[in-house]
Amino acid sequence: MAYGRRPVLRGVSCTFRPGAISVVLGGSGSGKSTILKLIGGLLRAQAGRVVVGRIDITRFKESQLYEVRRRLGMMFQNGALLDSLSVLENLAFPLREHSGLSRAEITARVHERLAAVGLEDVDDLMPRQLSGGMVKRVALARAMMQDPEILLVDEPFSGLDPLSTKLIEALLVRINRTLGMTMIVVSHHIPSTMRMAGHVVLLLPDGVVEGHPTALQRSEDVRVRRFLTEETDTSEQILAHTHEFEAGEHTPQRPGGA
Amino acid sequence: MAVLLRRLGHFVGNVIEGLGYIAAFAGHIVAVTVRPPLRWREFLDELFKVGVLSILIICVSGLAVGMVLGLQGYNTLVRFGAENSLGAVVGLSLIREMGPVLTALLTTGRAGSSVTAEIGTMKATEQLDGLRMMAVDPIDYVIRPKAWAMAVAMPLLSALFIVMGIGGGYVVGVGLMGIDSGTFLSSLENAVDFHDDVAGSILKSVIFGTLVGLISTYRGYTATPTSVGVSAATTSTVVLASVSVLIFDYFITALWGV
Repeated sequence: MAYGRRPVLRGVSCTFRPGAISVVLGGSGSGKSTILKLIGGLLRAQAGRVVVGRIDITRFKESQLYEVRRRLGMMFQNGALLDSLSVLENLAFPLREHSGLSRAEITARVHERLAAVGLEDVDDLMPRQLSGGMVKRVALARAMMQDPEILLVDEPFSGLDPLSTKLIEALLVRINRTLGMTMIVVSHHIPSTMRMAGHVVLLLPDGVVEGHPTALQRSEDVRVRRFLTEETDTSEQILAHTHEFEAGEHTPQRPGGA
Repeated sequence: MAVLLRRLGHFVGNVIEGLGYIAAFAGHIVAVTVRPPLRWREFLDELFKVGVLSILIICVSGLAVGMVLGLQGYNTLVRFGAENSLGAVVGLSLIREMGPVLTALLTTGRAGSSVTAEIGTMKATEQLDGLRMMAVDPIDYVIRPKAWAMAVAMPLLSALFIVMGIGGGYVVGVGLMGIDSGTFLSSLENAVDFHDDVAGSILKSVIFGTLVGLISTYRGYTATPTSVGVSAATTSTVVLASVSVLIFDYFITALWGV
């Protein structure tokens, strides 16, 4: 897979366990969200195969992908709620399109899902009137509306305060435990990953490492251990990996300094 | 010389490729149009945005153009003692040429740019991907109602422009310049032929509406999903649609004599 001339996910092979919460970790630009988009058929792999369940979707036409997507739900990083529709209409939308349920049944289902993510009295609010945490919860509820077999979750904790982060984490765990739904979560948040993940896929520049989070924490590969234990280099060590500045030509300036 | 030819070949190749993509896009819109659901609600919403919200600018512009046409026409005709033909001059100019063309240009600026910006923003905020993941074709749900609304609204807006323009010409010719009301109206009635003039005018505005609808939705759908990309797509819609309207106007006039 490549964006222009920049390759991502070269030589990556991984399997996500059914019924488990799998968390995809990796540095920025390593292709974490790209994995979700490949599974959803939003991006086409330039080489290799993408198998969802037992179906190889790599060469599927767009019309064939729509059938596969009915088995998937996706919570986008910024919600991707339709901004011309209210919260109620956003959640009702997939059911209105595919279910054949009556208006009353759809409304009841929407309220049920909203209650499951801890939201009430938000039916008539427009997406722009919601806080960041509320957008995530509405997006999660919408992704769940069609009872998908696999839930794809893109950066559920980004931009959230610690309380909202723990709330979203608790919701994901509860959904997984009560419904046994397969979840593939892309995240940067190590503490949440360690608490909720049954399986971790770590994208490294030269390949992929996967396994149970506690097992990976004891990995012999120092890069894996460091990533999962959030061991951070001192700023001097980090700078040592970046540019070498030649004194007199590009002298780095201290923040606030002249 | 060889470099020039290579660049020319590259340019022609790109133009042909672009036309191919637009043709495929138009084919996709036609294909989803004949498939249920008909999406009346979305179509009427778009018709309101494209049509009803353009009424004010169309009325004001039509009136102003008609008044100027009445004044200029009178000043020219009076030199030849033919001021009694003012109704015919104003009516034929507006019905055959100025009504459809100016309406298309005004609608491109007001509604076409807004359609492109809306679709481009939906793409940038992953709303189109969100629809795909809910197994809903964005061309069916988002593009089709907008493109059809433009094609349907354009002849109606053009008719309104023409009526307002004739009204403006009447006010100036009869009210200010003292032409007899009956003379103005009979001149108009005798000069305008339904088949040659009115039907041709409707044909022109339907073609322009289809053209503007297609270009504005296509540019939004293929916009680079960034603020700069959406802005560039919006600008290119106005330029491309305006130039296309003028070029098509010439060929329709030349081929059908409208």
